[in-house]
Amino acid sequence: MKMTKPGQKRLISNAITYAIVIVAYVLIQILDGSGNLTSSLRGQLVPICAYIVMAVSLNLTVGVLGELSLGHAGFMSLGAFSGVIVSLGLRDTVSAGPLRLLAALLVGAVIAGLFGFIVGVPALRLRGDYLAIVTLAFGEIIKNVINTLYVGIGPDGLRISMSDQASLGLGESGTVIMRGPMGAVGVDKLASFGAGVILVLITLAIVLNLVHSRSGRAIMAVRDNRIAAESVGISITRYKLTAFIISAALAGAAGALYALNYSTVVARKFDFNTSILVLVFVVLGGIGNIRGSIIAAAVLTVLPELLRAFNDYRMLAYAVILILVMLTSNNDRLKQLRWRIRSYFQHSSRRQEAEHE
Amino acid sequence: MTFLSYLVSGLSLGSIYAIIALGYTMVYGIAKMLNFAHGDVIMIGGYMSFVATAHMGWPPLASVLLAMLVCTVLGVLIEQLAYKPLRTAPSLAVLITAIGVSYFLQNAALLIWSSNPKSFTSVVLLPSLKLFDGQLTISSVALVTILACVAIIIGLTFIISKTKIGKAMRAVSEDKEAAQLMGINVNQTISVTFAIGSALAAIAGVLLCSAYPILSPTTGAMPGIKAFTAAVFGGIGSIPGAFWGGLLLGLIEIFGKAYISTQLSDAIVFSILILVLLVRPTGLMGRKISEKV
Amino acid sequence: MNNPAKMVPVPSRAIIPERDLGVTPILEVSHLGINFGGLNAVEDFNIIVGRTEIAGLIGPNGAGKTTVFNLLTKVYQPTRGAILLDGKDTAGMSTMQINQAGIARTFQNIRLFQALSVEDNVKIGLHNQFKYSTLSGILRLPRYWDAERKAREQALELLSIFNMERMASYKAGSLPYGAQRRLEIVRALATRPSLLLLDEPAAGMNPSETEALMANIIKIRDMFQIAIMLIEHDMRLVMGICEGIAVLNYGKIIAKGTPEEIQANPAVIEAYLGQKKEA
Repeated sequence: MKMTKPGQKRLISNAITYAIVIVAYVLIQILDGSGNLTSSLRGQLVPICAYIVMAVSLNLTVGVLGELSLGHAGFMSLGAFSGVIVSLGLRDTVSAGPLRLLAALLVGAVIAGLFGFIVGVPALRLRGDYLAIVTLAFGEIIKNVINTLYVGIGPDGLRISMSDQASLGLGESGTVIMRGPMGAVGVDKLASFGAGVILVLITLAIVLNLVHSRSGRAIMAVRDNRIAAESVGISITRYKLTAFIISAALAGAAGALYALNYSTVVARKFDFNTSILVLVFVVLGGIGNIRGSIIAAAVLTVLPELLRAFNDYRMLAYAVILILVMLTSNNDRLKQLRWRIRSYFQHSSRRQEAEHE
Repeated sequence: MTFLSYLVSGLSLGSIYAIIALGYTMVYGIAKMLNFAHGDVIMIGGYMSFVATAHMGWPPLASVLLAMLVCTVLGVLIEQLAYKPLRTAPSLAVLITAIGVSYFLQNAALLIWSSNPKSFTSVVLLPSLKLFDGQLTISSVALVTILACVAIIIGLTFIISKTKIGKAMRAVSEDKEAAQLMGINVNQTISVTFAIGSALAAIAGVLLCSAYPILSPTTGAMPGIKAFTAAVFGGIGSIPGAFWGGLLLGLIEIFGKAYISTQLSDAIVFSILILVLLVRPTGLMGRKISEKV
Repeated sequence: MNNPAKMVPVPSRAIIPERDLGVTPILEVSHLGINFGGLNAVEDFNIIVGRTEIAGLIGPNGAGKTTVFNLLTKVYQPTRGAILLDGKDTAGMSTMQINQAGIARTFQNIRLFQALSVEDNVKIGLHNQFKYSTLSGILRLPRYWDAERKAREQALELLSIFNMERMASYKAGSLPYGAQRRLEIVRALATRPSLLLLDEPAAGMNPSETEALMANIIKIRDMFQIAIMLIEHDMRLVMGICEGIAVLNYGKIIAKGTPEEIQANPAVIEAYLGQKKEA
């Protein structure tokens, strides 16, 4: 009977995570219905969902796989722009908004996942800081290339140019989707808070189910001890790639969701700072702690809005909070104290167990 | 002739990257951390020199010294307050803290000097050099930058290889515990490393702003990232690596802009970085590390 | 078949237990060697291990014992020589493939998946026994439930060899030292090896734990009918359970034989036991 205990504990923990998202959704719907939601906060709802998906997916790379990525926004960018192209491309053929959104999310995920594979195969051979720098470089390349892209839809399909709008040769009937540094314009706002919450829940299901499966264990084995993992017959490359591709694909979906919440999207939005911001969510939420990522992403996206009263000082305060959290959470003396408290509780619960038998 | 002028601007930009990269690489070699705030120390250096010359009417050279002094103090202060308590913490925690420091410096600068870009007056007042009957013009800033970089690398190599503190630095970068046992003051050595790195950042900041005379709170960010990649490019932890990595990166950027595409120059730089790392996973001059089983 | 190393007759003085004589030995190593930067860490290493033999590899510190294990499991690729596992050449295989081919090992400096539970550590060892795809895992298809249930049963059964089922939910890193060593053995066994390499299994154990370990090593051999090769400094363990012993010094085998022969060998006494007595 005692044997089922760890499984149960995990089940409960996962259920709490899902419940938090659903309860938050319901609460916000009630607030919104009663007119208690400020418009600026309402505007943040979809971005919050997108950032939650970003944070959870980055946690898969950083926390579960144990590799530092500094270019997660690059995958978001790929998803955002491919999602925008798909949603506009389907404007004439598919009338239902949600269907186009779904198509955009899927294509965004697939494209980002594909690039995850392309980047991952060579990059995952590198270790530690070198891998981090390659992901950083990748993010910058994506931003730079998208900044030069002109994309339009003519009667005969998609046209792409890297020089200017005129060279697309669209004529009267075509629509221009991306205008180089001006980004994508005339985007349909297909994203909604409901869709965002569904994407968050799907992301959670994917990541949590993965972690508690054969592949997830293999990924964590690679993280904890590469040589031992190999010695029990696990393919390092395969599982590193699996984690990296899933992480990239989810970021792509997040990007598509994010982009379809605005009428214009520029590549600059998904730069190094965004990658870092998401990394900060992951670290403050707790590396490897999925629920923590959700909470950190939501709170830290809203926090600058709430600090609006201290407008000038809010980013400074944000920086100070970040440093202080890192200093206190890594303070040896505090850590010892926490460890002592935890081990006290563990021992007492073990003692109870023993008494039961 | 145009080729030569590109070469000079490439070398000059590369020299700036190299000077910044030296700071990254020294700190990495000794404290084993990526000091992400390094780029923002450059920006502070730029502002210091700007304030001294534009508001206080100081002569250029004095403004450079002030910038160096302020940055040195700032670098040591950052190390003491933010990084030192995290000596034993996981490297990711240190990295995030460094990012926090970077945000802090940028936003502090934003509060003090606002987001309006300041136009920086070059600290090098010499006339530009005209060669080949005026066909090739070399700006004095470019020349000074290259010379400064060469002087710095020679000086640094001397310090590292010949002086007592240099010996201590090498020892600490090899093995912190062993160095401590041999009576080397590890904390002091790390502080000195930060001081030198930050003073170099100030010089780089002034030279950067003299060559590209627009100063804003985010001025240091992109050169910081580029110099960081230059350090990795050359093999992080290696001083000659930072020098060559910086120079190569500057040359690639300028030639890429000139002959391939202006808009795609960053993409070219970073693509080459990725290619280099794939062929040499620890950079051009990095040491191979193997795990003991 | 054109491997020159195979043409050379394997040195004869192989000591294989009589019961294993009729079948292909599980391990035939000939002229194995590696050098690190000019230094021959292991040189001309030859050994034959019988199918159900418990073999010992001993020698002073730095003799190259762990390097031999690293060569056998391809953590290092050998510079010279051939390793035949169950009669098949292992040239060019990776560590992962070696495990799938039948060699599992433990590590001198314990290498557990510290942050994971004891049960998960064993389940990771079962990685190639109960397979299902990543997608089945994410979608929780019937294959997932089926394989997970089997893996769990098997994991607990393996843990029961060392009476560790009760610790299944504990974090591997929080176990006492001896239990960590035992868990490493269980994890290695989970990969269903035909040859188990144990690198100092008794290190850090007290005499009574060592006693129990000796009984367990024999029990494992009998249960799974596998060969076990172990590196150990505890002479009571080595002389007590090993059927054949090879002594390594400065990367070379200086003696091979039964425990009695080794104990009587003057070269061994000089290189190893003598040194021990002085210390």
